[in-house]
Amino acid sequence: MNRSTDLYVDGKRRILVADDEMINRELLNNILCDEYDVLMAEDGEMAYEVIRQNRNTLSLILLDLMMPKLNGLDLLSRLKETPDLKGIPVIVLTSDQASEVESLVRGAADFIPKPYPQPDVIRARISRSIELAEDRQIISATERDELTGLYSYEYFSRYAEQFDKYHPNTDMDALCLDVNHFHIVNERFGMAKGDEILRMIAGCLTTVFSSSDSVICRKTADTFLVYCTHRDDYTSITDKISEACCDMPTSIKLRIGVYASCDKKLDVRARFDRAKIASDLIRNNYSVFVSTFDETLIEHELFAEQLVDEFAKALAEKQFKVFFQPKFNISGDKPVLSSAEALVRWFHPTLGMISPGKFIPLFEEDGLIAQLDEYIWRCSAETIADWRKRLGVSVPVSVNLSRAEMYDPALVDTFEKITSETGTTAKDIYLEITESAYVRDADQIVDRVKELRDHGFFIEMDDFGSGYSSLNMISELPIDALKLDMMFIRNAFDKQNDTRMISIVIDIADYLGVPVIAEGVETEEQYIALKKLGCTIIQGYYFSKPVPAKEFEKFLVENNT
Amino acid sequence: MLTVDALKQFGCDTDDGLTRCMGNEAFYFKLIGKVIDDKNFQALEDAVAAKDLDAAFDAAHSLKGVLGNLALTPVYEPVYEITELLRERKDIDYSEYLKTISEKRSELSALIK
Repeated sequence: MNRSTDLYVDGKRRILVADDEMINRELLNNILCDEYDVLMAEDGEMAYEVIRQNRNTLSLILLDLMMPKLNGLDLLSRLKETPDLKGIPVIVLTSDQASEVESLVRGAADFIPKPYPQPDVIRARISRSIELAEDRQIISATERDELTGLYSYEYFSRYAEQFDKYHPNTDMDALCLDVNHFHIVNERFGMAKGDEILRMIAGCLTTVFSSSDSVICRKTADTFLVYCTHRDDYTSITDKISEACCDMPTSIKLRIGVYASCDKKLDVRARFDRAKIASDLIRNNYSVFVSTFDETLIEHELFAEQLVDEFAKALAEKQFKVFFQPKFNISGDKPVLSSAEALVRWFHPTLGMISPGKFIPLFEEDGLIAQLDEYIWRCSAETIADWRKRLGVSVPVSVNLSRAEMYDPALVDTFEKITSETGTTAKDIYLEITESAYVRDADQIVDRVKELRDHGFFIEMDDFGSGYSSLNMISELPIDALKLDMMFIRNAFDKQNDTRMISIVIDIADYLGVPVIAEGVETEEQYIALKKLGCTIIQGYYFSKPVPAKEFEKFLVENNT
Repeated sequence: MLTVDALKQFGCDTDDGLTRCMGNEAFYFKLIGKVIDDKNFQALEDAVAAKDLDAAFDAAHSLKGVLGNLALTPVYEPVYEITELLRERKDIDYSEYLKTISEKRSELSALIK
């Protein structure tokens, strides 16, 4: 039975005084009412009824033995025979020594003699009995994590709740601590070393956080939770852990998610969920080790959830619109429109235009991206067909493929179906596949790309330079163009005007015999420099932002004349 | 009007009684006012008269507890004695005890008036 979460009513534990003498009840109430929520009963039957009704909130019963209707000893026996009542500690009020022994035998936690001792003594005995009863409930749960000797999570949560009860006004922080890239430690040095490191961290945590003002557990694998009195700064703790583990074969760095000054109305689990959200934010950050939760994070999460929930409706209602950004070939005297990139925008009925940066990563995580991408591919193909039909001209449109889609064995069929149904061909659709997609499971991805290429699709390697392709591998990749990652352009022109990296990539492209596409080109200066370096195709605000299909038509018409 | 001095003079251990009342005199006096009218004084006399020693013991025992808590020593002592005799269910003449209790209760009552 877990009663511990309920034992706190309006900031006070609840106790019952059962005594038939009004004066005795009044005396005890006067002694206890500051610290406890005191209920009273004037006979045994009434006491039993009050106990039943308050069985989940009652911390203790003060029981007079001689009462009308049902005497104290019989009531005590009845309580101890009832499973959901027997955990409530009972202190017997008596003036007879013989009854003291009898009541202890029947399960009383303690007794208080009459005439009553000093109020301090009464309060101390009550407090002690409550503490013992609650501790006993906790200890019956699995107590310790075998590996580290820290509390197990189950025990920890209850103990954190307990801590709040004894220190209701203390400002508390919830911390979630993870070891950066711990799975790699296990992989490289073996589980035994990994376990040793976890034990070292646990040992270090117990020295940093004293047991008098904090509770610590290992939740799972390399995740530790700490519930402690508020501190302003936790950076020194990550350093201390690193120092403690300095003899290990690899450097150990902890990241800490902090939910500072917890809202105690949230249950313990929710407090640590918040700490975890903060910790996840710096998961792949190698320079920040402490991250603090703030309310906007929850708003972000809720916003994300709303977007995912409303995806199906948005798709059915065609809230997603495909925009087109022109790409110009600048190898000749004048820039010539060569193709376009299809980019999606979400026009939400109440939230307005939502940037793809906000929803694409979410849909990639949820797997919804496949449906959205197919919708974009089809829209793009339909638009090409429409331009051709009405204007007599068109340009190829490149669409994006996500990594997950590259595993779909029906991918080629999907594209063939789209082109045949819209009256377009493989030559009309360029496929942008991000460089990082090639890195993992390279063989499988490369085979799929080859298959697409064999069916006539033009393949652009997107975000080139952001992944980690080996130069060795690039020479074997089936690609038709290299698209420079936007960061190359930004870094080259923003900082020290150093275009050497771009020049190297252009050399690689030359070696492979494919053109280089630069995106994110915004200024004339960039345009001229890229042209001089030998970049073939340019995309960016310098020429045009992404525009709706209708607006894009002006580029087609101009190009044609 | 009841005063601490008057109670002390009467023989009560007011320090003890007041401690149990957390030092609150008004509260202490209020409870003393109530114990004077405790129904168990009458219940004790009635039970003794009816030779119902069980009921007499219950009444005496309850009174003893309350008087002890309020440290009203002059009334508590005869009630304590009769309680112990009744605990043994002794078949004796209790009238002297009852008389003493009644007198002491009246004396206390007089202090209040």
